[in-house]
Amino acid sequence: MKRVYLDYAATTPTHPDVLAEMQPYFFLKFGNPSSIHQFGQEAKAAIETAREKTAKLIGASADEIVFTSGGTESDNFAIEGIAFANEKKGKHIITSKIEHHAVSECCEFLAKRGFTITHIPVDKFGLVDPEDVKKTITDKTILISIMHANNEIGTIEPIAEIAGIAKEKGVYFHTDAVQTAGHIPINKLNADLISFSAHKFYGPKGIGALYIKKGTRMVSFLHGGAQEKNRRASTENVPGIVGMGKACELAQNDMAIEKETILRDKLIKGLFDQIPEIVLNGHPTLRLPNNVNISIKHIEGESILINLDLMGIAASSGSACTSGSLDPSHVLMAIGLAHEVAHGSLRLTLGKYTTDDDIIYLLETLPPIVKKLRAMSPLK
Amino acid sequence: MAGPYSEKVMDHFMHPRNVGVIENPDGIGQVGNPVCGDIMKMYINVKDNVITDIKFQTFGCGAAISTSSMATEMIKGKSLNDALALTNKAVAEALGGLPAVKMHCSVLAEEAVKSAIDDYLKKTTGTGLPGFKPHEEPLEKHEH
Repeated sequence: MKRVYLDYAATTPTHPDVLAEMQPYFFLKFGNPSSIHQFGQEAKAAIETAREKTAKLIGASADEIVFTSGGTESDNFAIEGIAFANEKKGKHIITSKIEHHAVSECCEFLAKRGFTITHIPVDKFGLVDPEDVKKTITDKTILISIMHANNEIGTIEPIAEIAGIAKEKGVYFHTDAVQTAGHIPINKLNADLISFSAHKFYGPKGIGALYIKKGTRMVSFLHGGAQEKNRRASTENVPGIVGMGKACELAQNDMAIEKETILRDKLIKGLFDQIPEIVLNGHPTLRLPNNVNISIKHIEGESILINLDLMGIAASSGSACTSGSLDPSHVLMAIGLAHEVAHGSLRLTLGKYTTDDDIIYLLETLPPIVKKLRAMSPLK
Repeated sequence: MAGPYSEKVMDHFMHPRNVGVIENPDGIGQVGNPVCGDIMKMYINVKDNVITDIKFQTFGCGAAISTSSMATEMIKGKSLNDALALTNKAVAEALGGLPAVKMHCSVLAEEAVKSAIDDYLKKTTGTGLPGFKPHEEPLEKHEH
């Protein structure tokens, strides 16, 4: 059966060149980078090369990059690291209503420990208004954390502006760039902290990085070793780090922005031409080049996903039924969708290997599924 | 394949029995709500205390659609008393089991049947099912 992967925002395949670069570090060059002997030193050298490549992707210098286990750890590290190092100044953190759980649940964790969290709302496109951020800052605010682009609806936030406000007010600014790093250019974004994750841009899983601007006051995240300049203990994931470095290098030379944008817009147009009563979630233009998110009225997301899967198409949804909870996605709620419309959301995310044929196949396959499910639905 | 569901669930999900509407039915029931993402509507015709025809429409996930389908199949041609004895567990068992987080769908199916019979009794006798009150709030997961 034909298999079409349209869930690149969930994860991407590891690029063969990345895998090839990683391979020697499992057996031939397996040393512990903390060891003084040659085995250790060659591993250490590989990490430092990878660190330079990773830094280059976001226009940082190598010593501002700390490798982590992925996006979630980077977000947790950034937020808790700032919170616990700066709580004497104040215990107020500003974030948005559409953050990834790695940020929002970390803030909740801090809220239970005496921190005050302000959640900035978004407009119907999912945009944060920088003015709202500005108005909320007090002399107790120590951190603003707003994502670069949303993982569900693809909206790209006005990060430069928000970072500027944070700087002006002397507040640390963190951005979760897990969906953007390696996909659209990032040049430090004027941020103090940036989270990113390799498997979102053709690197391996289990490895990510946190950019920490020089001079940022942080506590370390893991304790028990001097790795990563005492900022994160634990023997380094050498193959993962090498893979991440390679993925950053590849991404820098080959972001498929134009190709993805063309396919994305073709897909959106095709969906609107062929399926009545759908809405586009997210911003029409300020959106990730690979993200399509629609709500198909009167039917439910999981039903759509299973039908698509049976036809070989991999996609995702913000419906409650796909999350194991009873609430639809907090992002779709935050942009003001009615519950039943949020339950009918379908996210299709494109990538390096998506072809014109894939889009055509989706556009042939989805309309009959929608028709069938609508015929069963009591909603009109 | 296809995620969390048994073969039987998938069969009823992909080929649901008794989908549709009965024009001028003897009873209509609707349960669930948009908040939790499941709405079931059932239509019945009744003759001599027997459910002679039944149709359903469901907005919801694979489990919601398959439990609706299974429930209609289990009570079509049965007496009202037999239909009222249908439990959510029996529906789930007939489907070869449901994931724990989806058990609430089988509860909705049971309640949709009762709700349609309740409506029929109200229309014919003036009083509905004694003590019948479907969940109005979203059902908690793992409740059953």
